[in-house]
Amino acid sequence: MPTAPLIAYANVAKTFDGGRVVAVDDVSLEVAEGEFLAVVGGSGSGKTTLLRLANRLIEADRGSITVEGEDVRRADPIGLRRRIGYVFQSGGLFPHMSVAGNIGVTPKLLGWSSEKILARVDELLDLVRLDRAHYRDRLPHELSGGQRQRIGVARALAAKPRIVLMDEPFGALDPLTRDALGDDYRSLHRKLGLTTVMITHDMTEAILLADRVAVMRGGKLLAQGTPAELSASGDDYVGELLRTPRRQAERLGALLPRDGAA
Amino acid sequence: MNLLSDPRWNEALAHLPDYLGNHVRVSVAALALGLAVSLPLAIASRNQPVLRVALLGLASIVQTVPGLALLALFYPLLLALAALSLAWFGFGFSAFGFLPAVLALALYSMLPVLRNTITGLQGVDAAILEAAQGVGMTPRQSLFSVELPLALPVMMAGIRTSAVWVIGTATLSTPIGQTSLGNYIFAGLQTQNWVFVLFGCLSAAVLALAVDQLLALIEDGIRDRSRLRTAFGGIGIAALVAATLVPTMARSSSSYIVGAKTFTEQYVLSALIAERLRAGGLLATSREGLGSNVIFDALASGDIDVYVDYSGTLWANQFHHTDIKPREELLGDLKSTLAKHNITLLGELGFENAYALVMPRRRAAQLGIRTIADLTSRAATLSIAGDYEFFSRPEWAGLQKAYGLAFRTQRQMQPDFMYAAVASGEVDVIAGYTSDGLIAKYDLVVLDDTKHAIPPYDAIVLLAPKRASDQVLREALQPLLGKIDISAMREANLRAAGGDGASSPDAVARWLWEKIGKQ
Repeated sequence: MPTAPLIAYANVAKTFDGGRVVAVDDVSLEVAEGEFLAVVGGSGSGKTTLLRLANRLIEADRGSITVEGEDVRRADPIGLRRRIGYVFQSGGLFPHMSVAGNIGVTPKLLGWSSEKILARVDELLDLVRLDRAHYRDRLPHELSGGQRQRIGVARALAAKPRIVLMDEPFGALDPLTRDALGDDYRSLHRKLGLTTVMITHDMTEAILLADRVAVMRGGKLLAQGTPAELSASGDDYVGELLRTPRRQAERLGALLPRDGAA
Repeated sequence: MNLLSDPRWNEALAHLPDYLGNHVRVSVAALALGLAVSLPLAIASRNQPVLRVALLGLASIVQTVPGLALLALFYPLLLALAALSLAWFGFGFSAFGFLPAVLALALYSMLPVLRNTITGLQGVDAAILEAAQGVGMTPRQSLFSVELPLALPVMMAGIRTSAVWVIGTATLSTPIGQTSLGNYIFAGLQTQNWVFVLFGCLSAAVLALAVDQLLALIEDGIRDRSRLRTAFGGIGIAALVAATLVPTMARSSSSYIVGAKTFTEQYVLSALIAERLRAGGLLATSREGLGSNVIFDALASGDIDVYVDYSGTLWANQFHHTDIKPREELLGDLKSTLAKHNITLLGELGFENAYALVMPRRRAAQLGIRTIADLTSRAATLSIAGDYEFFSRPEWAGLQKAYGLAFRTQRQMQPDFMYAAVASGEVDVIAGYTSDGLIAKYDLVVLDDTKHAIPPYDAIVLLAPKRASDQVLREALQPLLGKIDISAMREANLRAAGGDGASSPDAVARWLWEKIGKQ
């Protein structure tokens, strides 16, 4: 018997501007414990709104959302956000706080002791593979984009959440950094037993990192499943999205020698 | 004479603890009050566009009111409030000096703080606000640990602007009875004592720069989270306030306060009265540069104890009489009217300082003008200048009515510049003062008022209600009554306008006392 989903959307809808803009249109979606789900869609597809409904940065108009078995409408939104990790697009670090201050922000809100926070900050810097002594007291503007996003991931993990929500976390990074960071996060996800929902517009990234992929367009959920299951979907848009990685893989296969030095 | 060896520098320096101390206190109090009101308002309005627009609009309107007018408006407003409070709650408060100055300056300080706080808070990146919410901050936590720290540089720039404005504008609080560095400037302008004017401007500028730099230090300290620098800045400001409080505190608060209006003669007479009180063993301080409309109310409510006014001024302006009576009769009536207000008319000094139409002697002879009536036919081709209040005074209306005067142009001027202006032909006629020494200096002639349109202006000493039966005060002032004739006063006024080391009101008052004493 499958375990209860850790996050479940049931017939969720959300409109903006007094109903003129439909962001999320009757979406039902479940994320199992330990699963890595990627939500793929273009801009205006409603994918970011869907993510923010989970920790009540946005309130749903209709339908229900449960997190860890609890209806979010009955949860205290502040407490909910503190126990769910959230990685923002291009970091969202507080520019006036040091790296340690940024990473320790949620533990501090939760009232941890300062020794415990300091120890946790060092532990997380190790985890995201940044030198403790070198980075702890830096300010965000002194860091590269990749380093900032590593701090963003460390901040999301600081209060030991079971769930991590990621809003296009690697979108603004150069391809090499993006690849390295994606792989590193994937292994953290597995090692820490996290449940992750990642928003991306890049199907290749979604296929490479996630266990399952959900495709959204115009607020509707078009398809969801493993890459193999998606391939079997008859939807034109899903097929179009899958064509790009497939063609890239074929061309790369043809262009790069199999046993190259790279 | 060498500029730096001028004895007036030392005299100016002697006033510094008092003037600077009062200036710092009124500025700091106004700034603190302004911040206490505008910071919470700005924060409350950050998510309320309507409130925000209303606040900024209101603050901008306040800003367009000239500083002097704003300060002057607060005086009658508070006077009315004090009367209401006395009627309703059984206690009044002084509407004079500190309170109206603090309130007006606080209002004046609000715009930069409001605007910069609102701009600073709005300038915080939406993504950062979202992150604050996303990591689980309450709106309050987001405000204090993210929004305010990020808005701080812009907010501090506003606070610093406002501090400099308040310190500068506080010099204008002298006419409503608040001692400030403006006392140098107002006294200096009236008595042509440029050393005082310069000294007042310089000390206000130095004070403004010092406060600005201390605030900058605090700003740097907060930004770089350097407790040391924040503490240094804070200690600096606290030290400034404390240092200026000490000399003022040490002074007795039970001293007699002698009021003076804003012209040379008044500075000299208040210095003379203060000196006589001290000679009689009393403590006395002068409160100079008070507006004509402020000084009588200040006496009536006991904020000042004694000053010199002029019978015609009170008759026409204060008690709104339009009829003109002979000298003795008017004085008698005035005495009984004042008694109804519990104000004592102690006596006349012995001279009149009346408004008079004045022309250069030679020009008058050329045109064949000897009396005001002679002006009537020629007025349409002539220009007239008067002080800031003359043309709105009932005397002017009376003159126009009695003689049918209609000049080509009428101009308002600083009184001490009028005489030079008429002597040089800049204007044809001025409304001067009969006791002014400059009439003789520039060889001017006073035109006869044959129809007695201008009331008599005997200089009279008035005592506050609480000093009505103060025998020591009366005895100290007795030797002055009836002793100052028009020629003595003219010469004193001329000396006070001399612009040299011997022209300070104190020096002239000493000269005048010696002259009276010899009679």
